[in-house]
Amino acid sequence: MVAESTKAGASRGPTDLGASGASNEPAWRPSDLELSRRTFRRKQTRRSVLISAVSTIVFAALLLWAVAGSPGWAKVRESFFDPEVALASLPRILEGLWLNIQVLMVAAIGVVIVALLLASMRTLRGPVYFPLRALAAGYTDLFRGMPLIIVLYLVGYGIPGLDFFPRVPVAVWGTIALILTYSAYVSEVFRAGIEAVHPSQRLAARSLGLGHGQTMRRVVLPQALRKVTPALMNDFVAMQKDVGLISVLGAMDAVRAAQIETAHYFNFTPYVVAGLLFVLLAWPMIRLTDWLSARMRVREQGGSIV
Amino acid sequence: MSGSSATTPGREATSAPGLLRLRGIRRSYGEKLVLDGVDLDVDAHEVVALVGASGSGKSTLLRTINLLETIDDGVILLDGEDVSDPRVNADRVRARIGVVFQHYNLFPHLSVLDNVTLAARLVHRMPRATAEAKALELLDSVGLAEFAKAFPDRLSGGQQQRVAIVRAIATGPELLLLDEVTSALDPELVGEVLALVRSLAERGTTIVMATHEMAFAREVADRVVFLDAGRIIEDAPAREFFAAPREARTREFLARFLRA
Repeated sequence: MVAESTKAGASRGPTDLGASGASNEPAWRPSDLELSRRTFRRKQTRRSVLISAVSTIVFAALLLWAVAGSPGWAKVRESFFDPEVALASLPRILEGLWLNIQVLMVAAIGVVIVALLLASMRTLRGPVYFPLRALAAGYTDLFRGMPLIIVLYLVGYGIPGLDFFPRVPVAVWGTIALILTYSAYVSEVFRAGIEAVHPSQRLAARSLGLGHGQTMRRVVLPQALRKVTPALMNDFVAMQKDVGLISVLGAMDAVRAAQIETAHYFNFTPYVVAGLLFVLLAWPMIRLTDWLSARMRVREQGGSIV
Repeated sequence: MSGSSATTPGREATSAPGLLRLRGIRRSYGEKLVLDGVDLDVDAHEVVALVGASGSGKSTLLRTINLLETIDDGVILLDGEDVSDPRVNADRVRARIGVVFQHYNLFPHLSVLDNVTLAARLVHRMPRATAEAKALELLDSVGLAEFAKAFPDRLSGGQQQRVAIVRAIATGPELLLLDEVTSALDPELVGEVLALVRSLAERGTTIVMATHEMAFAREVADRVVFLDAGRIIEDAPAREFFAAPREARTREFLARFLRA
Protein backbone atom coordinates (compact mmCIF):
# COMPACT_ATOMS: atom_id res chain seq x y z
CA MET A 1 0.00 0.00 0.00
CA VAL A 2 2.81 2.34 0.92
CA ALA A 3 4.65 1.44 -2.23
CA GLU A 4 1.65 2.08 -4.40
CA SER A 5 0.94 5.59 -3.18
CA THR A 6 4.57 6.71 -3.34
CA LYS A 7 4.88 5.49 -6.88
CA ALA A 8 1.72 7.21 -8.06
CA GLY A 9 2.69 10.49 -6.44
CA ALA A 10 6.21 10.59 -7.75
CA SER A 11 5.53 9.49 -11.31
CA ARG A 12 2.93 12.17 -12.03
CA GLY A 13 5.29 15.12 -12.32
CA PRO A 14 7.87 14.12 -14.95
CA THR A 15 5.60 12.05 -17.21
CA ASP A 16 2.93 14.74 -17.40
CA LEU A 17 5.50 17.36 -18.26
CA GLY A 18 6.92 15.24 -21.07
CA ALA A 19 3.50 14.33 -22.47
CA SER A 20 2.13 17.85 -22.65
CA GLY A 21 5.35 19.24 -24.10
CA ALA A 22 5.45 16.61 -26.82
CA SER A 23 1.86 17.04 -27.92
CA ASN A 24 1.96 20.83 -28.06
CA GLU A 25 5.25 21.33 -29.87
CA PRO A 26 6.90 18.46 -31.67
CA ALA A 27 10.00 20.53 -32.37
CA TRP A 28 10.72 21.10 -28.70
CA ARG A 29 13.51 19.05 -27.09
CA PRO A 30 14.06 19.14 -23.36
CA SER A 31 17.16 21.03 -22.28
CA ASP A 32 20.10 19.24 -20.68
CA LEU A 33 19.12 20.78 -17.37
CA GLU A 34 15.62 19.32 -17.65
CA LEU A 35 17.02 15.93 -18.67
CA SER A 36 19.32 15.86 -15.65
CA ARG A 37 16.35 16.77 -13.42
CA ARG A 38 14.36 13.89 -14.87
CA THR A 39 17.19 11.45 -14.31
CA PHE A 40 17.35 12.60 -10.71
CA ARG A 41 13.60 12.26 -10.22
CA ARG A 42 13.57 8.79 -11.77
CA LYS A 43 16.38 7.70 -9.48
CA GLN A 44 14.51 9.07 -6.49
CA THR A 45 11.27 7.35 -7.47
CA ARG A 46 13.09 4.02 -7.87
CA ARG A 47 14.62 4.44 -4.45
CA SER A 48 11.31 5.23 -2.70
CA VAL A 49 9.57 2.31 -4.40
CA LEU A 50 12.31 -0.04 -3.31
CA ILE A 51 12.27 1.19 0.28
CA SER A 52 8.49 0.93 0.63
CA ALA A 53 8.36 -2.49 -1.03
CA VAL A 54 11.01 -3.86 1.30
CA SER A 55 9.35 -2.37 4.40
CA THR A 56 5.95 -3.76 3.40
CA ILE A 57 7.34 -7.24 2.89
CA VAL A 58 9.24 -7.16 6.18
CA PHE A 59 6.19 -5.93 8.05
CA ALA A 60 3.92 -8.60 6.53
CA ALA A 61 6.45 -11.32 7.30
CA LEU A 62 6.75 -10.19 10.92
CA LEU A 63 2.97 -10.14 11.33
CA LEU A 64 2.59 -13.58 9.79
CA TRP A 65 5.38 -14.97 11.94
CA ALA A 66 3.84 -13.47 15.10
CA VAL A 67 0.36 -14.81 14.40
CA ALA A 68 1.40 -18.22 13.12
CA GLY A 69 3.91 -18.58 15.92
CA SER A 70 1.37 -17.82 18.65
CA PRO A 71 0.53 -20.72 20.94
CA GLY A 72 -3.18 -20.79 19.99
CA TRP A 73 -2.80 -20.41 16.22
CA ALA A 74 -3.53 -24.02 15.38
CA LYS A 75 -6.85 -23.86 17.22
CA VAL A 76 -7.84 -20.50 15.77
CA ARG A 77 -7.06 -21.64 12.25
CA GLU A 78 -9.19 -24.69 12.77
CA SER A 79 -12.25 -22.84 14.07
CA PHE A 80 -12.08 -19.67 11.93
CA PHE A 81 -10.43 -20.69 8.66
CA ASP A 82 -11.71 -24.16 7.89
CA PRO A 83 -11.97 -24.41 4.09
CA GLU A 84 -14.44 -27.28 4.18
CA VAL A 85 -16.84 -25.45 6.46
CA ALA A 86 -16.42 -22.33 4.34
CA LEU A 87 -17.42 -24.17 1.19
CA ALA A 88 -20.30 -25.98 2.84
CA SER A 89 -21.80 -22.83 4.36
CA LEU A 90 -21.34 -20.64 1.30
CA PRO A 91 -24.67 -21.39 -0.51
CA ARG A 92 -26.81 -20.56 2.51
CA ILE A 93 -24.85 -17.39 3.24
CA LEU A 94 -25.08 -16.28 -0.39
CA GLU A 95 -28.81 -16.82 -0.26
CA GLY A 96 -28.91 -14.60 2.83
CA LEU A 97 -26.74 -12.00 1.15
CA TRP A 98 -29.31 -11.66 -1.62
CA LEU A 99 -31.80 -10.47 1.03
CA ASN A 100 -29.20 -7.95 2.25
CA ILE A 101 -28.78 -6.62 -1.27
CA GLN A 102 -32.55 -6.24 -1.75
CA VAL A 103 -32.90 -4.45 1.58
CA LEU A 104 -29.93 -2.24 0.71
CA MET A 105 -31.37 -1.16 -2.63
CA VAL A 106 -34.81 -0.34 -1.24
CA ALA A 107 -33.32 1.42 1.80
CA ALA A 108 -30.94 3.48 -0.37
CA ILE A 109 -33.82 4.80 -2.47
CA GLY A 110 -35.92 5.46 0.65
CA VAL A 111 -33.04 7.25 2.35
CA VAL A 112 -32.48 9.59 -0.60
CA ILE A 113 -36.16 10.55 -0.77
CA VAL A 114 -36.65 11.06 2.98
CA ALA A 115 -33.31 12.86 3.35
CA LEU A 116 -34.08 15.23 0.47
CA LEU A 117 -37.43 16.07 2.07
CA LEU A 118 -35.81 16.66 5.46
CA ALA A 119 -33.03 18.81 4.01
CA SER A 120 -35.50 20.90 2.00
CA MET A 121 -37.64 21.37 5.11
CA ARG A 122 -34.65 22.57 7.10
CA THR A 123 -33.70 25.15 4.51
CA LEU A 124 -37.16 26.77 4.40
CA ARG A 125 -37.10 30.39 5.53
CA GLY A 126 -39.74 32.41 7.29
CA PRO A 127 -41.73 32.03 10.51
CA VAL A 128 -44.59 30.21 8.74
CA TYR A 129 -42.39 27.18 8.27
CA PHE A 130 -41.20 26.98 11.87
CA PRO A 131 -43.14 23.77 12.63
CA LEU A 132 -41.69 22.01 9.56
CA ARG A 133 -38.18 23.19 10.38
CA ALA A 134 -38.53 22.14 14.02
CA LEU A 135 -39.91 18.75 13.01
CA ALA A 136 -37.02 18.11 10.64
CA ALA A 137 -34.48 19.29 13.20
CA GLY A 138 -36.00 17.11 15.93
CA TYR A 139 -36.04 14.11 13.62
CA THR A 140 -32.38 14.42 12.65
CA ASP A 141 -31.36 14.99 16.28
CA LEU A 142 -33.27 11.93 17.43
CA PHE A 143 -32.11 9.48 14.80
CA ARG A 144 -28.53 10.64 14.65
CA GLY A 145 -28.32 10.13 18.38
CA MET A 146 -30.03 6.76 18.66
CA PRO A 147 -28.01 3.59 18.01
CA LEU A 148 -29.25 1.77 14.90
CA ILE A 149 -29.67 -1.48 16.80
CA ILE A 150 -32.12 0.15 19.21
CA VAL A 151 -34.07 1.67 16.31
CA LEU A 152 -34.18 -1.83 14.81
CA TYR A 153 -35.57 -3.33 18.02
CA LEU A 154 -38.13 -0.56 18.50
CA VAL A 155 -39.37 -0.67 14.91
CA GLY A 156 -39.01 -4.41 14.44
CA TYR A 157 -40.76 -5.45 17.64
CA GLY A 158 -42.74 -2.33 18.53
CA ILE A 159 -44.70 -1.59 15.36
CA PRO A 160 -45.74 -5.22 14.70
CA GLY A 161 -46.94 -5.22 18.31
CA LEU A 162 -49.59 -2.68 17.33
CA ASP A 163 -51.17 -5.42 15.20
CA PHE A 164 -52.07 -2.92 12.48
CA PHE A 165 -49.99 -4.73 9.89
CA PRO A 166 -49.96 -8.47 10.52
CA ARG A 167 -47.72 -10.71 8.39
CA VAL A 168 -45.28 -8.04 7.27
CA PRO A 169 -41.87 -9.72 6.89
CA VAL A 170 -39.23 -8.61 9.42
CA ALA A 171 -36.95 -7.53 6.59
CA VAL A 172 -39.43 -4.76 5.82
CA TRP A 173 -39.22 -3.45 9.38
CA GLY A 174 -35.45 -3.69 9.17
CA THR A 175 -35.51 -1.64 5.96
CA ILE A 176 -37.69 1.00 7.60
CA ALA A 177 -35.35 1.22 10.59
CA LEU A 178 -32.38 1.67 8.26
CA ILE A 179 -34.21 4.41 6.36
CA LEU A 180 -35.11 6.20 9.60
CA THR A 181 -31.53 6.23 10.87
CA TYR A 182 -29.65 6.85 7.63
CA SER A 183 -31.98 9.53 6.28
CA ALA A 184 -31.11 11.58 9.36
CA TYR A 185 -27.40 11.43 8.47
CA VAL A 186 -27.85 11.85 4.76
CA SER A 187 -30.18 14.84 5.22
CA GLU A 188 -27.33 16.62 6.99
CA VAL A 189 -25.06 15.86 4.05
CA PHE A 190 -27.66 17.27 1.65
CA ARG A 191 -28.11 20.33 3.85
CA ALA A 192 -24.38 21.00 3.84
CA GLY A 193 -24.44 20.73 0.04
CA ILE A 194 -27.41 23.06 -0.29
CA GLU A 195 -25.75 25.63 1.93
CA ALA A 196 -22.51 25.34 -0.04
CA VAL A 197 -24.24 26.63 -3.19
CA HIS A 198 -23.54 30.35 -3.32
CA PRO A 199 -26.58 32.54 -2.48
CA SER A 200 -26.03 34.48 -5.71
CA GLN A 201 -27.22 31.39 -7.60
CA ARG A 202 -30.52 31.51 -5.76
CA LEU A 203 -30.69 35.25 -6.38
CA ALA A 204 -30.18 34.80 -10.12
CA ALA A 205 -32.84 32.09 -10.32
CA ARG A 206 -35.40 34.05 -8.33
CA SER A 207 -34.76 37.18 -10.36
CA LEU A 208 -35.69 35.21 -13.49
CA GLY A 209 -39.08 34.60 -11.89
CA LEU A 210 -38.47 31.01 -10.75
CA GLY A 211 -40.31 30.16 -7.54
CA HIS A 212 -38.73 28.76 -4.38
CA GLY A 213 -39.42 25.16 -5.37
CA GLN A 214 -38.26 25.59 -8.97
CA THR A 215 -35.09 27.30 -7.78
CA MET A 216 -34.44 24.44 -5.38
CA ARG A 217 -35.07 21.67 -7.92
CA ARG A 218 -33.48 23.17 -11.00
CA VAL A 219 -30.66 25.33 -9.67
CA VAL A 220 -29.67 24.60 -6.07
CA LEU A 221 -30.07 20.82 -5.70
CA PRO A 222 -28.24 19.83 -8.92
CA GLN A 223 -25.23 21.86 -7.78
CA ALA A 224 -25.52 20.68 -4.17
CA LEU A 225 -25.61 17.00 -5.19
CA ARG A 226 -22.44 17.37 -7.20
CA LYS A 227 -20.67 18.85 -4.21
CA VAL A 228 -21.67 16.08 -1.80
CA THR A 229 -21.48 13.00 -4.03
CA PRO A 230 -18.36 11.54 -2.34
CA ALA A 231 -19.87 12.05 1.11
CA LEU A 232 -23.12 10.42 -0.01
CA MET A 233 -21.31 7.43 -1.43
CA ASN A 234 -19.43 7.08 1.82
CA ASP A 235 -22.72 6.89 3.71
CA PHE A 236 -23.89 4.29 1.20
CA VAL A 237 -20.83 2.17 1.96
CA ALA A 238 -21.56 2.49 5.69
CA MET A 239 -25.15 1.40 5.11
CA GLN A 240 -23.98 -1.51 2.99
CA LYS A 241 -22.50 -3.21 6.02
CA ASP A 242 -25.17 -2.06 8.46
CA VAL A 243 -27.82 -4.00 6.51
CA GLY A 244 -26.29 -7.02 8.24
CA LEU A 245 -27.84 -5.80 11.48
CA ILE A 246 -31.37 -6.71 10.32
CA SER A 247 -30.40 -10.24 11.42
CA VAL A 248 -31.14 -9.21 15.02
CA LEU A 249 -34.82 -9.20 14.05
CA GLY A 250 -34.51 -12.74 12.77
CA ALA A 251 -34.44 -11.84 9.07
CA MET A 252 -32.76 -14.64 7.09
CA ASP A 253 -29.87 -12.54 5.82
CA ALA A 254 -26.20 -13.37 5.38
CA VAL A 255 -25.33 -12.76 9.03
CA ARG A 256 -28.24 -14.81 10.33
CA ALA A 257 -27.36 -17.61 7.89
CA ALA A 258 -23.77 -17.51 9.10
CA GLN A 259 -25.00 -17.71 12.68
CA ILE A 260 -27.03 -20.84 11.93
CA GLU A 261 -24.17 -22.46 10.02
CA THR A 262 -21.80 -21.63 12.85
CA ALA A 263 -24.08 -23.37 15.33
CA HIS A 264 -24.40 -26.34 12.98
CA TYR A 265 -20.68 -26.93 12.45
CA PHE A 266 -19.47 -25.69 15.85
CA ASN A 267 -17.09 -23.54 13.84
CA PHE A 268 -16.76 -19.77 13.33
CA THR A 269 -15.68 -19.94 9.67
CA PRO A 270 -19.15 -18.98 8.33
CA TYR A 271 -18.81 -15.58 10.04
CA VAL A 272 -15.51 -15.01 8.26
CA VAL A 273 -17.14 -16.01 4.98
CA ALA A 274 -20.04 -13.63 5.54
CA GLY A 275 -17.64 -10.83 6.54
CA LEU A 276 -15.56 -11.30 3.40
CA LEU A 277 -18.71 -11.33 1.26
CA PHE A 278 -19.74 -7.99 2.74
CA VAL A 279 -16.30 -6.56 1.98
CA LEU A 280 -16.55 -7.84 -1.60
CA LEU A 281 -19.98 -6.25 -1.91
CA ALA A 282 -18.78 -2.89 -0.63
CA TRP A 283 -15.45 -2.86 -2.39
CA PRO A 284 -16.46 -1.50 -5.85
CA MET A 285 -18.33 1.36 -4.19
CA ILE A 286 -15.39 2.12 -1.89
CA ARG A 287 -13.00 2.28 -4.85
CA LEU A 288 -15.44 4.39 -6.86
CA THR A 289 -15.81 6.85 -3.97
CA ASP A 290 -12.06 7.17 -3.58
CA TRP A 291 -11.56 7.62 -7.30
CA LEU A 292 -14.26 10.25 -7.52
CA SER A 293 -13.00 12.31 -4.59
CA ALA A 294 -9.45 12.07 -5.93
CA ARG A 295 -10.65 13.33 -9.30
CA MET A 296 -12.51 16.21 -7.71
CA ARG A 297 -9.43 17.10 -5.66
CA VAL A 298 -7.22 17.10 -8.75
CA ARG A 299 -9.70 19.36 -10.55
CA GLU A 300 -9.88 21.81 -7.70
CA GLN A 301 -6.15 22.14 -7.19
CA GLY A 302 -5.90 22.86 -10.90
CA GLY A 303 -2.50 21.44 -11.81
CA SER A 304 -0.61 22.32 -8.63
CA ILE A 305 0.99 19.39 -6.84
CA VAL A 306 0.55 20.37 -3.19
CA MET B 1 -67.00 41.90 -19.10
CA SER B 2 -68.34 44.04 -16.32
CA GLY B 3 -65.33 43.08 -14.20
CA SER B 4 -62.82 44.38 -16.75
CA SER B 5 -64.67 47.61 -17.28
CA ALA B 6 -64.68 48.14 -13.53
CA THR B 7 -60.93 47.71 -13.19
CA THR B 8 -59.81 49.57 -16.29
CA PRO B 9 -60.46 53.10 -15.06
CA GLY B 10 -58.54 52.41 -11.85
CA ARG B 11 -55.55 51.17 -13.84
CA GLU B 12 -55.58 54.14 -16.12
CA ALA B 13 -55.63 56.53 -13.22
CA THR B 14 -52.38 55.17 -11.80
CA SER B 15 -50.58 54.25 -15.00
CA ALA B 16 -50.10 57.70 -16.40
CA PRO B 17 -46.60 58.21 -17.83
CA GLY B 18 -43.73 56.22 -16.45
CA LEU B 19 -43.15 52.50 -16.70
CA LEU B 20 -41.52 52.51 -13.30
CA ARG B 21 -42.31 54.93 -10.52
CA LEU B 22 -40.63 54.89 -7.13
CA ARG B 23 -41.97 57.02 -4.31
CA GLY B 24 -40.26 57.49 -0.95
CA ILE B 25 -38.34 54.20 -1.00
CA ARG B 26 -36.71 53.58 2.36
CA ARG B 27 -34.58 50.66 3.38
CA SER B 28 -32.24 50.12 6.31
CA TYR B 29 -30.05 47.25 7.44
CA GLY B 30 -30.38 47.45 11.20
CA GLU B 31 -28.95 50.84 12.17
CA LYS B 32 -27.65 51.66 8.71
CA LEU B 33 -30.02 53.57 6.47
CA VAL B 34 -29.28 52.50 2.87
CA LEU B 35 -32.14 54.14 0.97
CA ASP B 36 -33.48 57.34 2.46
CA GLY B 37 -36.65 58.27 0.61
CA VAL B 38 -35.86 57.70 -3.07
CA ASP B 39 -38.22 59.04 -5.77
CA LEU B 40 -37.51 57.97 -9.33
CA ASP B 41 -39.47 57.81 -12.59
CA VAL B 42 -38.44 55.78 -15.60
CA ASP B 43 -40.39 56.04 -18.84
CA ALA B 44 -40.68 53.22 -21.33
CA HIS B 45 -37.67 53.10 -23.73
CA GLU B 46 -35.67 55.30 -21.40
CA VAL B 47 -32.11 54.49 -20.27
CA VAL B 48 -31.30 55.70 -16.77
CA ALA B 49 -27.82 55.45 -15.26
CA LEU B 50 -27.42 55.31 -11.49
CA VAL B 51 -24.05 56.65 -10.42
CA GLY B 52 -22.50 57.21 -7.02
CA ALA B 53 -19.76 55.93 -4.76
CA SER B 54 -19.71 52.35 -3.49
CA GLY B 55 -22.26 52.01 -0.71
CA SER B 56 -24.40 54.89 -1.95
CA GLY B 57 -27.36 52.52 -2.39
CA LYS B 58 -27.31 51.85 -6.16
CA SER B 59 -27.36 48.07 -5.94
CA THR B 60 -29.88 48.05 -3.11
CA LEU B 61 -32.17 50.28 -5.15
CA LEU B 62 -31.99 47.89 -8.11
CA ARG B 63 -32.73 44.92 -5.88
CA THR B 64 -35.74 46.61 -4.32
CA ILE B 65 -37.18 47.33 -7.79
CA ASN B 66 -36.96 43.62 -8.54
CA LEU B 67 -38.44 42.73 -5.12
CA LEU B 68 -35.32 40.77 -4.25
CA GLU B 69 -35.19 43.01 -1.23
CA THR B 70 -38.06 44.22 0.97
CA ILE B 71 -38.58 47.92 1.60
CA ASP B 72 -39.30 49.60 4.93
CA ASP B 73 -41.47 52.28 3.34
CA GLY B 74 -42.51 53.71 -0.01
CA VAL B 75 -44.29 52.55 -3.14
CA ILE B 76 -43.02 50.80 -6.28
CA LEU B 77 -45.30 51.14 -9.30
CA LEU B 78 -44.55 48.98 -12.31
CA ASP B 79 -46.71 49.94 -15.24
CA GLY B 80 -49.19 51.44 -12.79
CA GLU B 81 -49.39 48.37 -10.56
CA ASP B 82 -48.27 48.68 -6.94
CA VAL B 83 -45.84 45.77 -6.84
CA SER B 84 -44.70 46.65 -3.30
CA ASP B 85 -48.08 45.42 -2.07
CA PRO B 86 -47.43 42.20 -0.12
CA ARG B 87 -50.44 40.59 -1.80
CA VAL B 88 -48.67 40.80 -5.17
CA ASN B 89 -47.04 37.59 -6.37
CA ALA B 90 -43.36 38.56 -6.36
CA ASP B 91 -42.35 35.75 -8.73
CA ARG B 92 -44.73 37.10 -11.35
CA VAL B 93 -43.26 40.60 -10.99
CA ARG B 94 -39.67 39.35 -11.19
CA ALA B 95 -40.55 37.46 -14.37
CA ARG B 96 -41.37 40.83 -15.97
CA ILE B 97 -38.01 42.36 -15.07
CA GLY B 98 -34.61 41.24 -16.32
CA VAL B 99 -31.56 41.53 -14.06
CA VAL B 100 -27.87 41.24 -14.85
CA PHE B 101 -25.44 40.99 -11.96
CA GLN B 102 -21.88 42.12 -11.53
CA HIS B 103 -20.63 38.53 -11.24
CA TYR B 104 -22.82 37.15 -14.09
CA ASN B 105 -24.28 34.43 -11.80
CA LEU B 106 -24.72 32.00 -14.67
CA PHE B 107 -25.78 28.51 -13.61
CA PRO B 108 -22.57 26.46 -13.85
CA HIS B 109 -24.37 23.11 -14.15
CA LEU B 110 -26.38 24.18 -17.19
CA SER B 111 -25.21 24.76 -20.74
CA VAL B 112 -25.33 28.28 -22.16
CA LEU B 113 -28.52 27.38 -24.04
CA ASP B 114 -30.19 25.94 -20.91
CA ASN B 115 -29.17 29.02 -18.94
CA VAL B 116 -30.89 31.21 -21.50
CA THR B 117 -34.03 29.08 -21.87
CA LEU B 118 -34.59 28.13 -18.22
CA ALA B 119 -36.97 30.97 -17.36
CA ALA B 120 -38.82 30.72 -20.67
CA ARG B 121 -39.48 27.03 -20.10
CA LEU B 122 -40.22 27.04 -16.37
CA VAL B 123 -41.79 30.43 -15.77
CA HIS B 124 -43.35 31.31 -19.12
CA ARG B 125 -44.24 27.69 -19.96
CA MET B 126 -42.80 27.96 -23.44
CA PRO B 127 -42.22 24.64 -25.27
CA ARG B 128 -38.55 23.70 -25.27
CA ALA B 129 -38.21 23.86 -29.05
CA THR B 130 -39.67 27.36 -29.26
CA ALA B 131 -37.57 28.60 -26.36
CA GLU B 132 -34.40 27.14 -27.84
CA ALA B 133 -35.04 28.54 -31.30
CA LYS B 134 -35.52 31.97 -29.81
CA ALA B 135 -32.48 31.63 -27.56
CA LEU B 136 -30.29 30.54 -30.45
CA GLU B 137 -31.43 33.52 -32.46
CA LEU B 138 -30.51 35.85 -29.59
CA LEU B 139 -27.17 34.14 -28.99
CA ASP B 140 -26.44 34.41 -32.69
CA SER B 141 -27.20 38.13 -32.65
CA VAL B 142 -24.52 38.64 -29.99
CA GLY B 143 -22.07 36.31 -31.74
CA LEU B 144 -22.24 33.52 -29.15
CA ALA B 145 -24.24 30.87 -31.01
CA GLU B 146 -21.20 28.61 -31.23
CA PHE B 147 -21.14 28.37 -27.44
CA ALA B 148 -24.78 27.27 -27.08
CA LYS B 149 -23.84 23.75 -26.00
CA ALA B 150 -20.83 24.85 -23.92
CA PHE B 151 -20.84 25.25 -20.17
CA PRO B 152 -20.24 28.68 -18.66
CA ASP B 153 -16.77 27.83 -17.28
CA ARG B 154 -15.45 27.48 -20.84
CA LEU B 155 -16.27 31.13 -21.58
CA SER B 156 -14.33 34.30 -20.87
CA GLY B 157 -15.72 36.84 -18.42
CA GLY B 158 -16.99 39.07 -21.20
CA GLN B 159 -18.66 36.17 -22.96
CA GLN B 160 -20.27 35.00 -19.71
CA GLN B 161 -21.62 38.46 -19.03
CA ARG B 162 -23.04 38.66 -22.54
CA VAL B 163 -24.76 35.32 -21.99
CA ALA B 164 -26.11 36.69 -18.69
CA ILE B 165 -27.55 39.67 -20.57
CA VAL B 166 -29.11 37.38 -23.18
CA ARG B 167 -30.56 35.28 -20.36
CA ALA B 168 -32.08 38.40 -18.83
CA ILE B 169 -33.72 39.58 -22.06
CA ALA B 170 -34.70 36.15 -23.42
CA THR B 171 -38.24 36.37 -22.05
CA GLY B 172 -38.78 39.91 -23.28
CA PRO B 173 -38.92 41.75 -19.95
CA GLU B 174 -40.50 45.19 -19.71
CA LEU B 175 -37.53 46.53 -17.80
CA LEU B 176 -33.86 45.59 -17.67
CA LEU B 177 -31.78 46.20 -14.54
CA LEU B 178 -27.99 46.16 -14.89
CA ASP B 179 -25.97 46.08 -11.69
CA GLU B 180 -22.40 47.19 -12.48
CA VAL B 181 -22.17 44.65 -15.25
CA THR B 182 -18.61 45.51 -16.21
CA SER B 183 -17.08 45.91 -12.73
CA ALA B 184 -15.82 42.34 -12.48
CA LEU B 185 -14.35 42.26 -16.00
CA ASP B 186 -10.78 42.65 -17.17
CA PRO B 187 -10.39 46.01 -18.92
CA GLU B 188 -10.03 44.49 -22.38
CA LEU B 189 -13.37 42.67 -21.99
CA VAL B 190 -15.42 45.68 -20.93
CA GLY B 191 -15.95 46.90 -24.50
CA GLU B 192 -17.83 43.87 -25.83
CA VAL B 193 -20.31 44.02 -22.94
CA LEU B 194 -20.88 47.76 -23.26
CA ALA B 195 -21.41 47.35 -26.99
CA LEU B 196 -24.20 44.87 -26.29
CA VAL B 197 -25.83 47.20 -23.76
CA ARG B 198 -25.58 50.05 -26.27
CA SER B 199 -27.34 48.03 -28.95
CA LEU B 200 -30.10 47.10 -26.49
CA ALA B 201 -30.55 50.77 -25.65
CA GLU B 202 -30.72 51.65 -29.34
CA ARG B 203 -33.43 49.04 -29.84
CA GLY B 204 -35.56 50.80 -27.24
CA THR B 205 -35.08 48.56 -24.21
CA THR B 206 -35.95 50.30 -20.95
CA ILE B 207 -32.82 50.10 -18.82
CA VAL B 208 -31.87 51.14 -15.31
CA MET B 209 -28.16 50.58 -14.78
CA ALA B 210 -25.85 51.11 -11.86
CA THR B 211 -22.45 51.89 -13.31
CA HIS B 212 -18.98 53.27 -12.72
CA GLU B 213 -18.39 53.78 -16.44
CA MET B 214 -18.95 57.53 -16.65
CA ALA B 215 -18.07 57.81 -20.33
CA PHE B 216 -20.52 55.07 -21.14
CA ALA B 217 -23.26 56.65 -19.01
CA ARG B 218 -22.74 59.95 -20.83
CA GLU B 219 -22.95 58.26 -24.20
CA VAL B 220 -25.83 55.82 -23.73
CA ALA B 221 -28.00 57.05 -20.86
CA ASP B 222 -30.86 59.48 -21.39
CA ARG B 223 -30.72 60.48 -17.77
CA VAL B 224 -28.16 60.20 -15.05
CA VAL B 225 -29.14 59.90 -11.40
CA PHE B 226 -26.54 60.60 -8.73
CA LEU B 227 -27.03 58.80 -5.41
CA ASP B 228 -25.22 59.69 -2.21
CA ALA B 229 -25.86 58.06 1.17
CA GLY B 230 -29.18 56.64 0.00
CA ARG B 231 -30.60 59.89 -1.40
CA ILE B 232 -30.93 61.15 -4.94
CA ILE B 233 -28.79 64.26 -5.08
CA GLU B 234 -29.17 65.02 -8.76
CA ASP B 235 -31.35 63.68 -11.56
CA ALA B 236 -30.65 65.29 -14.93
CA PRO B 237 -30.39 64.57 -18.67
CA ALA B 238 -27.04 62.91 -19.31
CA ARG B 239 -25.48 65.76 -21.26
CA GLU B 240 -26.48 68.31 -18.66
CA PHE B 241 -25.37 66.10 -15.79
CA PHE B 242 -21.80 65.91 -17.03
CA ALA B 243 -21.53 69.34 -18.64
CA ALA B 244 -23.15 71.43 -15.92
CA PRO B 245 -23.87 69.57 -12.69
CA ARG B 246 -26.03 71.69 -10.42
CA GLU B 247 -25.10 70.24 -7.05
CA ALA B 248 -21.77 70.74 -5.30
CA ARG B 249 -21.64 67.07 -4.25
CA THR B 250 -22.13 65.95 -7.83
CA ARG B 251 -19.24 68.15 -8.95
CA GLU B 252 -17.08 66.73 -6.19
CA PHE B 253 -17.97 63.17 -7.19
CA LEU B 254 -17.35 63.79 -10.89
CA ALA B 255 -14.06 65.52 -10.19
CA ARG B 256 -12.86 62.55 -8.18
CA PHE B 257 -14.00 60.14 -10.87
CA LEU B 258 -12.56 61.95 -13.84
CA ARG B 259 -9.22 62.35 -12.13
CA ALA B 260 -9.04 58.62 -11.31
